[in-house]
Amino acid sequence: MLAACGLASADELFSQIPAEARLQRPLALADGISEYEIVDYFKSLAAQNANGYASFLGAGVYNHYRPVVVDTVVSRGEFLTSYTPYQSEISQGTLMTIFEFQTMVCQLTGMDVANASMYDGSTAIPEAAMMAERITGRHKALVARSAHPEYREVLATYARNQGMQIEEFGFDRATGQIDFADLESRLDKGTACVIIQSPNFFGIVEDAKKAAAMAHAAGALLVFTFTEAASLGILEPPRDADIVAGELQSFAISPSYGGPFAGIMAAKEKYVRQLPGRLVGESKDSEGNRAFCLTLATREQHIRREKATSNICTNQALIALMATVYMELYGKRGLRELAEQNLAKAHYLGSKVKPLFSGPYFNEFAAVPAKPVEEINAQLLEKKIIGGLPLAKFYPELGNAVLLCATEMTKRADMDTLAEVMA
Amino acid sequence: MIRKVRQHLSQNESLIFERSSPGKIGYQLPDLDVPAVDAAAALGAASVRAEIEGFPEVSEVEVIRHFTRLSTWNYAIDLGMYPLGSCTMKYNPRINEAVARIEGLAWAHPYQPESLSQGAMEVIGRLEAALCEITGLDAVTLQPAAGAHGELTGILLVRAALEARGNPRKKILVPDSAHGTNPATAGIAGYSVQNVASNDQGMIDIEHLAGLVDDDVAALMVTNPNTLGVFESNIAQAAEILHSKGAMIYMDGANMNALVGVARPGDFGVDVMHINLHKTFSTPHGGGGPGGGPVAVAKHLEPYLPVPRLKRMKDALAWDFDRPGSIGKVKAFYGNFGVMVRALAYILAHGGPGLRNATVDAVLNANYIRHKLRDFFDLPYDRPNMHEVVFSDDRQAAKGVRTGDIAKRLIDYGFHPYTVSFPLIVHGALMIEPTETESKDELDLFIDAMISIAKEVDEQPETLKNAPHMTRTRRVDEVTAARKPILRWK
Repeated sequence: MLAACGLASADELFSQIPAEARLQRPLALADGISEYEIVDYFKSLAAQNANGYASFLGAGVYNHYRPVVVDTVVSRGEFLTSYTPYQSEISQGTLMTIFEFQTMVCQLTGMDVANASMYDGSTAIPEAAMMAERITGRHKALVARSAHPEYREVLATYARNQGMQIEEFGFDRATGQIDFADLESRLDKGTACVIIQSPNFFGIVEDAKKAAAMAHAAGALLVFTFTEAASLGILEPPRDADIVAGELQSFAISPSYGGPFAGIMAAKEKYVRQLPGRLVGESKDSEGNRAFCLTLATREQHIRREKATSNICTNQALIALMATVYMELYGKRGLRELAEQNLAKAHYLGSKVKPLFSGPYFNEFAAVPAKPVEEINAQLLEKKIIGGLPLAKFYPELGNAVLLCATEMTKRADMDTLAEVMA
Repeated sequence: MIRKVRQHLSQNESLIFERSSPGKIGYQLPDLDVPAVDAAAALGAASVRAEIEGFPEVSEVEVIRHFTRLSTWNYAIDLGMYPLGSCTMKYNPRINEAVARIEGLAWAHPYQPESLSQGAMEVIGRLEAALCEITGLDAVTLQPAAGAHGELTGILLVRAALEARGNPRKKILVPDSAHGTNPATAGIAGYSVQNVASNDQGMIDIEHLAGLVDDDVAALMVTNPNTLGVFESNIAQAAEILHSKGAMIYMDGANMNALVGVARPGDFGVDVMHINLHKTFSTPHGGGGPGGGPVAVAKHLEPYLPVPRLKRMKDALAWDFDRPGSIGKVKAFYGNFGVMVRALAYILAHGGPGLRNATVDAVLNANYIRHKLRDFFDLPYDRPNMHEVVFSDDRQAAKGVRTGDIAKRLIDYGFHPYTVSFPLIVHGALMIEPTETESKDELDLFIDAMISIAKEVDEQPETLKNAPHMTRTRRVDEVTAARKPILRWK
């Protein structure tokens, strides 16, 4: 092949790189190792992580059972090793799964249109806020302090450089729900959107209808976010929101130390041209057969460049496919039963460990243990239980409180043990 | 002559909603070991939905058949060469998939105690170190989720560093050959964009650049090798021009597959760059993600990296949140960890020498294609290329056949098309990146297909204009799709 290229040696391939820019030594990385050694290495690393522990951690990342079928589907090379479906004639498989994903996201959230996915819930929030800015021409976003702290941090990073103003409004210390008086006092003619999460970071269900009415009265949009998608199996969807930006990790996406997950972005029909990211639409081919393709690309960076609605390109297609398979397997009845089981487990735990807030909760809640939470969690670790998330890191005002989560995977015996240790 | 494929049966399949019938289920849940709870009582009747309207109800085997049938409608690297330029569609080793699924890694919760996360943190630490060595830069953050997200992170770092000096400046320079994400990123980071023209060799025009760089310029975003597959040989000079005016140089690492083990951006003046783990480091594209977009920086940008930073203590790894200069978080938690595991497995499998060999093969493959196809397609920038080569449809356009038609005809020959009509500085571009994955046999098949298509342009151009002919779905009406969008089933 070198000869066909008119070259005498492989080094000549790089003659266009000036000598001073070339690396004049081998990379200081070890030689390659065999498949067996790689497996062995990663197993040894995995052994240094938690193994065989029961866990009460939620806080945006949930332990739900992952049906075997999900991995069977996403391991098919035709899904795993294909590119973004720009060439629709040979990408109909991926395109149709995304179309189904978009449909089910709409059905779950009560929205009219949904995109093909975002990186995750946290990055979907600033995208939603920027979208609200474009729609309203206003530059202030009000975000609930009860929304996920890391989501709020990501929003702050994006906002800082864009002239977007971010203000937080508080929560009621008795119910754990939005402090509506505080929200109302901050709404003004500069407010582009109000961002709320439900169930909120403390697991408490919010009154999205009331938040929407308040936002709309001020000419602002309501951006609704969620981290626990399983709650939508039973909770009324945020039909009054304008934009929904959330996280589907609960749907067959393993916690994987925080990613990759699948964010969603959905909205009312009239805002479709302001949506960021990829969209799949239904059409026909030249023989009149149903066919799908990427569409409305004039919103996107590869066409619009600096005027695009977002810079997003690669998203989370394969992870969104996991969620799609999961939603289809569980279906209408399964998601309901799943939500009911989560509700039952968490409320069993709530009957043993008193929740801090009085608001209605889905599958997690804050509680205050009798002893310092660090002490409690250390004691639990000895019993092979990872306790809840200490809240002081994100909410110093909540002192010794801890966030506890129970899902369909949580065993009654472990909840009993937790309750004993926390008492 | 079409040698790679022939037709076979393709199963029909409807949307899952059309297969649904009430009462069917595909899931199992264990019996509850706690008392059931009345939802209306626990949550308030107004908060409880009646049902998820329209959601499917199907059995497990229907789900399996549904997705298996759909999967057969896709092309994939597993079926053959996928020569998309600037996308680096290389083989995705299955060992990567296996190790990412090891329970202690896949089921690690991001908030579990650090003492029970040391293995996960070691993956992050080791990958950061490897990427520092590969890029010749001093520090790496793995938090960004994809290339464009890495670009944003990188530009925010530039901005933070300039702000610390007293003035974030106003403009980002972007060559006209750049990926669309570059200008879009600059916009989102609060900068205006100024285009830099390419010279007649397809490279940054250094004199033009020198004239543009003033005290308002924050950085130049440059892809190297650029989107023509050409190494910007004046890159060190460009860096000097920028640095002399207090500006920085951002490198889009989308084409890093041409450089690993051969040249390091840190050695030719780059201040900050992103890497695409889903390109250079073999993690699967998955139909459009997930990706990984690590950002590597020179020492002077390190204080601004996103929080938290991994810190090596005496006998353990720890997360350091106390970083007052940080731009903050760009994503919840620590990044796409599962993608990092796969990338590290790839690096370990190759080792230093193997990584360099991959680069050599990738560049050789692209040059081989250039030499074999140059008599049949116009080469607007006729010079040695790196990992990809860009032709134009000039000769074929004279017969009324455009790059998009050639691409669609290539599908009939059993290949995924190349990147069509990009970069924008080449009229009717055919952008071809074979990667190191392809053997000479597969390359020759591809070359034969391209030559055969070039002959068809002369003999039967209509065949191309209606292509593809062999797919189950013929050319899709994208115009109607955009004019009357149907974005969900109803």
